[in-house]
This record gives sequence, C-alpha cells and structure tokens, in this order.
Amino acid sequence: MQLDNLYQEVILDHYKRPEYKGLSLTSDVQVHHINPSCGDELTVNLSLDDGAVVLSWEGAGCSISMASASMMASLLTGKTLDEAAIVVDAFVSLMQSKGTQSGDETVLEDAVAFAGVSKYPARIKCALLGWMAFKDAAVQVQGK
Amino acid sequence: MSLNAALIRKDFPIFERTIRGQNRLIYLDSGATSQKPNAVIDAEANFYRRNNAAVHRGAHQLAEEATEAYEGARLVVANFLGAQEDEIIFTKSATESLNLLAYSMGSAPKGSRFYLGDGDRIVVTEMEHHANLIPWQQLAQRTGAQLSWFNVGADGRLDLSNIASIIKEDTKVVALTHQSNVLGTINPLDAIVARAHEVGAVVILDACQSVPHMSIDVARIGVDFLAFSGHKSLGPTGVGVLWGRAELLDELPPFLFGGSMISSATMTDATWAPVPRKFEAGVPNMAQAVGLGAALEYLEDIGLENIHAHEIALTGRLIEGLLRIEGVKIFGPTDLEMRGGVVAFTVDDLHPHDIGQYLDSIGIAVRTGHHCAWPLNKKFGVNATVRASIYLYNDETDIDALIEGVRGAKKYFGDR
Repeated sequence: MQLDNLYQEVILDHYKRPEYKGLSLTSDVQVHHINPSCGDELTVNLSLDDGAVVLSWEGAGCSISMASASMMASLLTGKTLDEAAIVVDAFVSLMQSKGTQSGDETVLEDAVAFAGVSKYPARIKCALLGWMAFKDAAVQVQGK
Repeated sequence: MSLNAALIRKDFPIFERTIRGQNRLIYLDSGATSQKPNAVIDAEANFYRRNNAAVHRGAHQLAEEATEAYEGARLVVANFLGAQEDEIIFTKSATESLNLLAYSMGSAPKGSRFYLGDGDRIVVTEMEHHANLIPWQQLAQRTGAQLSWFNVGADGRLDLSNIASIIKEDTKVVALTHQSNVLGTINPLDAIVARAHEVGAVVILDACQSVPHMSIDVARIGVDFLAFSGHKSLGPTGVGVLWGRAELLDELPPFLFGGSMISSATMTDATWAPVPRKFEAGVPNMAQAVGLGAALEYLEDIGLENIHAHEIALTGRLIEGLLRIEGVKIFGPTDLEMRGGVVAFTVDDLHPHDIGQYLDSIGIAVRTGHHCAWPLNKKFGVNATVRASIYLYNDETDIDALIEGVRGAKKYFGDR
C-alpha cells in the first residue's frame, strides 16, 4: 500500500514505543513547540553533559510528529552540538527534497525512514517538529 | 423524494478523477469547500467568453450585458434568501462579510446605533468559527466593549438556560453561527433574536454551513445580518454574500473605499452611493458572482428541502455506524434533531492526522485538525478531530466506505 512508504515499520515502532519520552526533572533549557494547523505539541529538555547532548521530551500529536521526536532524541543523544547540527541539517534537507532524496544512512541512520514524508507536504511540519525544537533549544543552550 | 447522488455526481467533473492511485473520490469535506457542477464552471467561464466588461461603467453593449448578468446574480441570491435585492452585498467571502460588519461598526461615529464603547457588550458563542469570533474579539479590544459568550454543553448544544443573563441590557451585537462547522449543531434562533431585539442589539448570523444545505428565509428567522460563502454553496471561490436589513445597511458606514461606492467626491471629501454599491468598492468579482447565481439556481432546481433531508439521512447512518466502532467519540449531538451533516470524531488516542492520512490513501477526503475553532476544541479537551461533512453528491456507499475506513485505520495503527 502506498501508505506504507509513509508509515514505515520503524516509524510505527517509535510511535508505539517512543524513546527518551518523559521529561527530566532538570534541564539547561526547555522549549515548547506547536504545529498550529494540526495541534501537535512538543516539549523538549536539553542539557549539555560535558559537551554531550542530553535529551528528554514529552508531547501529544500524530504518529509522524511523535515518532520523529523519538528518533531525533535517539540519534542526537550523546553527540556534540556540532555533530548534532550535521544530522539536523541532513534531516531538514531530506524533508524538503519532495521525494527526490532517500537520505544518507551514514548520517541519518534510521531517520531515513522518514524519506517518504517529503512526498506529503501536509506532514512535513509534523516530521520537523522535534528537530526544530532541538534547533531552538541548541541555540538557547549556547546562549547560557 | 431521495436524491440520486450518483446521478448528481455526473454534473461534477471532479468526480471523474481518481485519488492516490485508482481510488474513486469520496469527498466528505464540503464543510471546507464544496465541489462545482459544470453549470457553475460554465457560467463563470462563459461570462469571460461572452459578456466580460466592467459592470456599472460604460454605455457599450458588453457593459450592459455584464451588468445585467451581475445584477441578475444579485437577484438570484436575494430570492434564495427571501430578501430584497438591494440588501445583498457581494464580498469576496463570508470571512470578509463578517470583517466588513466589524470594521464598519468600529468606525461608526458616536450617536450611531452601531457605535461601540466601553459601556457596550458584544455577545458571541463558544462554538464560533474564527471568522465569527476573532473580528468581534478584536473589535471589543479596540473599542473597550465587553465580550461575552454563550457556553457549549457536553451535548454540543448552547446553554440557553438564561439568555437574558448573557445578552444583558448593554448588548449591541449578538454574533452566532447558525450551524456549527465542527459539532453540526443547528442553533435555535427565536429566543436569542427576541432577547437581542429587546435590548436593542443586532443579530449577525454566520450561515456558512446552513445556507448551502437548507432553505432560509431571512424574514422568518428575524436576524439582522447574515453571511455565507459562495465556495461552500457549489459556487466559485472569491465570492461571498453579506445580507443586511435595508435600514441597517443604510446607516452602517462603508468598509472599503474607492470607485463605485461614491456618489460624489472632491479632494477632501466624498459622499456615498446607496446600498449595495456603498459596500462594493472597485470593479467587483463579476464572473464569480455570476457563478454563484448559477450555483444557487442549481441547488434550487434540486430543492433545498430535498438536499437537507438527504443529508440528515446520511448523517444518521454515519453516526450510527461510527458509534458501533469501539473507541469512537463523536463531538456534538448524536441525535438528528436540530443537527446538520457535519460529524467530528476521534478514535481512541489515534491522532486525527493519521486517521485522515489513512482515509486519504483509500480516496476519502475529510478534514483533520481544529477546524478553525480553537476555543471549541479546547472546551472539549482535544487539539484535533476528524471531521466528515456531507453534501448532495454523497451517498450511502460514501458513508459506508468512511465507516469501514475508520475500522481500517484502527487496524493499521493498531495495538499501542
């Protein structure tokens, strides 16, 4: 079914068993992002532990937005901000590719599963929610 | 008499196409915008092909024909609503119609019946679409007027237990929806209109979801202003209607200024043309108005009572079928009394966006999200719902496909 290109197994996995879900008690920064058009909401806690990214999140929304937040946390945890930025840029670029790219697995690992989203313009913001929240948090944590 | 929807669909060329592969189009999003019959497409296109000229300007034959076509459409709209011709104003949309009223009232001078200040009150309801909430909320902020509202109960109906306590003596405006675009609730108007008039307030009706689906007579319902959109009534985009009682429109200050709406103009001042021209600045959306006239005639030919009965039967079938699915929650009345063909629902904790995506993959178009009614969604504790809206070109196979589709979505995203 065409739909399976969008809802790949690994995405539904992250939706059903999300990783890094549940906000940490403390954090260096906390951001709250919303998709006004569809009501997806996300809170992300970001801390730097000796330069390494520590993430936790909480949210409510569609499977794409929640799975993507989980995937984001899973991929970026433990990286430096510079390393994380490379992955974030690659993901954003994949989302804007209009179905022409399948994503670089060496950079994006499991996140290449979201490649299908770029063919459904209405869902791109869902997939980007967690990553935009991270970008926002990363800027704020550097300001501290 | 029941409609033959399959036959009606033959008038609508869009139903010839397929969706996401080979699926037939099951269009259940008429609450967002309606599809167009050939009669409407042809009317608009033929205006450009045969009669196009700037209306009300020019003594040449094309200008005469264009004016006749445009004013002919105005007469069709007037008859459709049971109103006078000069009480019909063409705008670009219902949203613009409602903003027109808010801005015009906001610029009414002290002493005008429309003047609003900090001793005055505007009443709306919790179930309003943003188009009939935000303009009033902002007008209240600008003028210092109080904003009050009728609450919605868990049953999806307005709490009308104490109308006089909401529409207080200082109320100047009561703005409400005739039928909710989320809940499907049709609001009873008599008591509200009576109380509003008792305190000297005007009643403004958002009729976007009602005019296209049922017979309306403005004299009978007694409201003072009414707005509806062309594109939800089988008509073109870019045309809406504002109806208002003649003596009110006469007193209301203009909204948009420019050509056509003046009676005389100097460098420093101007006087206004009579209604409706006073509110139709610039060369109007002539082709679109002509298209709207054709749309309303198409609806009249089939009969609004027939359309309404057809929709209610399908609504009943949909509600019944949905309620048999475990985990489905319907927002709004589940009985068919004073209820139109709009059904909003959720399924367990599946996100409406995902349900909508699944339905899309089998050719079904519904709307997902907050439907431009944030406060209403918040009241019911949801960020988003799935909304199916029914019109004359839908039939039982459409409804059954939607119900099956919801079951399918449950399975697809199953066991969390």
